[in-house]
Amino acid sequence: MKFTKEHEWLRVEGDLIVVGITEHAAEALGDVVFVELPEAGTQVAAGDEVSVIESVKAASDILAPVEGEIVEVNGALSDNPGLVNEDPLGGAWFFKLKVDDLGVIDQFMDEDEYKDFIG
Amino acid sequence: MTDLFRLPLHELHLQLGGKMVPFAGYEMPVQYPAGVMAEHLHVRSQAGLFDVSHMGQVVLRPKGTMESLGLALEALMPVDVLGLKEGRQRYGLFTSETGGILDDLMFANRGTDYLLVVNAARKAHDFAHLAAHLADVAELDIQESRALLALQGPQAEAALAVLVPDVTAMRFMDVAQVDTVFGELWLSRSGYTGEDGFEISVPVEGALDFARALLALEGVAPIGLGARDSLRLEAGLCLYGHDIDETTSPVEADLTWAIQKVRREGGARAGGFPGAARILSELTNGPERRRVGLRPEGRAPMREGVALFATDGTGLGAITSGGFGPSVGAPIAMGYVATGFAAEGQALEAELRGKKLPLVVAATPFHPTNYKR
Repeated sequence: MKFTKEHEWLRVEGDLIVVGITEHAAEALGDVVFVELPEAGTQVAAGDEVSVIESVKAASDILAPVEGEIVEVNGALSDNPGLVNEDPLGGAWFFKLKVDDLGVIDQFMDEDEYKDFIG
Repeated sequence: MTDLFRLPLHELHLQLGGKMVPFAGYEMPVQYPAGVMAEHLHVRSQAGLFDVSHMGQVVLRPKGTMESLGLALEALMPVDVLGLKEGRQRYGLFTSETGGILDDLMFANRGTDYLLVVNAARKAHDFAHLAAHLADVAELDIQESRALLALQGPQAEAALAVLVPDVTAMRFMDVAQVDTVFGELWLSRSGYTGEDGFEISVPVEGALDFARALLALEGVAPIGLGARDSLRLEAGLCLYGHDIDETTSPVEADLTWAIQKVRREGGARAGGFPGAARILSELTNGPERRRVGLRPEGRAPMREGVALFATDGTGLGAITSGGFGPSVGAPIAMGYVATGFAAEGQALEAELRGKKLPLVVAATPFHPTNYKR
């Protein structure tokens, strides 16, 4: 699993990259009450705002960490946004990206580097 | 970095794991480890302890009679002050010459004085306002050495009665002064959550022991500002600086219930408060816009600043408070719309992240209130 400075995680699953937010991010956001997911089939560039997450405190954007096509979104989050707090690294994945080269995730931090990053 | 004031119970909040944030010039606990949602639901089902010591407390002691002081207060508020009986508290509003709201407050008749509790962000303004207008009729005794706690929720009475048995006799909006081992408590049966409960002024010397004693009682948990905001929003209560301010009149704000008949056209003491021309005219003819409750139809919370439209695209106003209502289980909001669109059930649209989303004008409170009348 790799981590971005925007507190998202990326994991390779088959030929796809699965994206979610980190425990640190989920804790900082507080109770999540709404998740707006992108549509499957959307072509995105790195840094595009593709999803919105709302907690009891505020709204935050979820960015596409790399260029690719969103091929699947996690509909469970629409019905149960609280999953983001309960299981941020597992059941609360946001979307799956199809990319040209899975090697793009090497640019991101590994777990130790991310831990240092968040102090 | 600006210097923030610290609450008398600052260390206790840190020990309880409170996450401190700046609010109205104070470092305030926005939440404890339980989190906003759990804290909110705890208040609705059991009892929550809030530290609201940032609010302003001032005792007005009459230089002449209570009646002359009451009349002087009526010259600042469109409210029946003289009619408030000893031992009772009432909601008040300081109005401006143009009919806006300078602050909202609670005031209590304690027989030999009035106790006022005002918003933290407005206390410097209010104290100056009172000093400028009441100097001849009252001595202003600003309470710098008292903390203010609120104990709210269906178990608040049973919990507080363990320490202060007398509270069981109090009804909604009663006030009392009671000597205890924590010092003289000034109690009112009121709050800002829609639940039964008490606000309790306690001398700073006794505040820590009192707060610890309350937290040790069955069902009592510490509650932060985050849940305070979602609780008051579900109760349909205004937050000064957001839902009401100097640009909103009490009639626009749908606070006409706070203007008793005696101060209205035809009443024995009609008018005679700042902005009376506009406020009395709006009472008779209706305001141009009105504060309403709003229920977004989807799950997306709509917060302060979100623009409101008629379904034909005409701009109507904006949301002034909004978020997720944990007890309602859905997003809720309040805001101002042109009066023709203020009826319950009116379909509207709100622009959120570039998209128009449906919402509907709804009755407040969003969650039934639970006061002990």
